Amino acid sequence: MPALESSPSHTLLLVFAGIAGCLLAASLIALILRVTLPNGRTSPVILNLNARINAWWVMALILALAFWAGNAATIALFAFVSFQSLREYISVTYTRRGDYRALLWCFFFFLPLQYGLIGIGWYGLFSILIPVYAFLLLPISSTLGADTTRFLERVAKMQWGLMICVYCLSYVPALLTLDIHEFGGRNLQLIVFLLLAVQSSDVFQYVWGKLLGRRKLAPAISPSKTLEGLIGGVLTSTAVGAALWQITPFLWWQAALIALTINILGFFGGFVLSAIKRDRGIKDWGQMIEGHGGMLDRVDSVSFSAPIFFHIVRYWWG
Amino acid sequence: MGARVYYANHRSHGDFVLLWVILPPALRAVTRPVAGADYWLRGKLRRYLIEKVFRGLLINRRVKRGDDPISIMLASLAAGESLIMFPEGTRNQGDGLLPFKSGIHHLAEKRPETEFVPVWIENLGRALPKGGMLVVPLLCTVTIGAPILLEPSERRADFLARCRNALLALEPAE
Repeated sequence: MPALESSPSHTLLLVFAGIAGCLLAASLIALILRVTLPNGRTSPVILNLNARINAWWVMALILALAFWAGNAATIALFAFVSFQSLREYISVTYTRRGDYRALLWCFFFFLPLQYGLIGIGWYGLFSILIPVYAFLLLPISSTLGADTTRFLERVAKMQWGLMICVYCLSYVPALLTLDIHEFGGRNLQLIVFLLLAVQSSDVFQYVWGKLLGRRKLAPAISPSKTLEGLIGGVLTSTAVGAALWQITPFLWWQAALIALTINILGFFGGFVLSAIKRDRGIKDWGQMIEGHGGMLDRVDSVSFSAPIFFHIVRYWWG
Repeated sequence: MGARVYYANHRSHGDFVLLWVILPPALRAVTRPVAGADYWLRGKLRRYLIEKVFRGLLINRRVKRGDDPISIMLASLAAGESLIMFPEGTRNQGDGLLPFKSGIHHLAEKRPETEFVPVWIENLGRALPKGGMLVVPLLCTVTIGAPILLEPSERRADFLARCRNALLALEPAE
C-alpha cells in the first residue's frame, strides 16, 4: 500500500494534485467547447459548465487550505457550510413571530455546540445533541410564543433543517474523531474519500446525463435527472472510490461497496431536497456558488451520505 | 425626475435601512425615510443616526394641535426629495398586510404627479422582529413593483386598496 507508506501530508498532497489535474482537464475541455461555438453564439449550458468548473476550483482550494491549516480549521469550515445551508433552508421555510427564539437557538446555540463537541471528540453527546436535546427544546421554545397557528408544521420544519444542515453535515468532520487501528493521523483521508466519491458522483451524473441522457427519471421532482445519468454517475464514482482504496483503511472491494452505498444515498439526498425545493416553488436554495446555486444545492448529497459513512467506518473499523 | 414615495410592508426596525441601502446611490441621496419622532429622538445615538446618517423626515405620530405631518412630507416632495413610508402605520407581527392608513392618499391628492412605488420586504420581520435584539441570519429579499399614480376621479378607499393589492402581489408565494 504505497500511499499508506508515505506520510499523511504527502498523501494528501498527491490527492489534491490529482484533483487539480482533473480540474485542469475539465477547464480545458470547457474552454474548447466555448471557443469552438460558431461566432456570436452563446450556449447557456456551456456558460453554466464554465461557471461550475470555476466554482470547483475555488471549493477545492478552500478545502485544501482548511486541511493544510489543520483539524480545527476543517471543523470550522464545515460549521460555516452548515451555517450557510441552514440560512438558505430557514429563509424559505414558514415560521412565525413565536419561533424567533427557537431560530436563535438553532443558529447560535445548537450549531456552534454541535461542532464544538466534535472538536473535543465527545461522541456520546454530539451523536444525540440534535435528535434528542434540540428535538425537545425547540418546540418548548416555540410554545412560549403562545401561537398555535400551523404549530406542528413550523416545529417539524425547524427540526428537519437542523438535522439536514447541521447534524448530518457535521458527520463529515466527525470522521476526525474516529480512532482506527493503524490509521492514526490519516483521518483527513476519510473526508477526502467521502467527498470525492459523493461529489464526483454528482459530477458524473451531470456529465453522463448531458452526454447520453434520454429517459427522464422523475420530471416532477428534478427535470434534469436522467436514468442514464444516474447509472453512469453511480458506476463511475464507484470506480473512483475503488481506485482510492489505498488512501483508506478498506480493501479495494470494500472501498467499492462503500462508495456505491454512499453514492446511492447521495443521489437520494439530492432527490429529497429537490422535492422540497419543488414544493416551495424554488429552483435553487440560493446564489452563493455560481453555476451551482446555493450552498445547500452543493452539499445535499453529502448530508445524506456522511452519517451513514461515519457509522459504517465506526462499526467495522473503529 | 419626479419625486417618488416608496411604500413597503413593515415588520422590522431594519425595514427602512434595508430599503435605503439597496437604492442606487443617486436615488438614495434624495430619498428620506419617514420616521416617528417619538422613537427616534429618544437617545443620542438614535438621534444622530436618523438626523445625520439616514436624514429621516421626523413626524409626530400622535398628532397634537399645530402639527401637520402631511405638509412636512409635501414640502419634502416639492423640494424634489423622495420618501420611504410604511402605510400600515406600525410593525405588523402577523402575515400579509395590516389596513393602510390614509397618509399616502393625502399626499397623492395634493401632488397627483407623485409616483407610489410598492416595495415588498421579505424575511426581515423574521430576522429582527418587534422586540427582538439579535438578528437571525436569514437571506432577505426586496421586491420592487411598478409605480402607481392616483387616477383623476379615484376615491380614497379605492386608491388605498389598489396600492395595498399591488404590494401584496409582490409577496413571494407561500
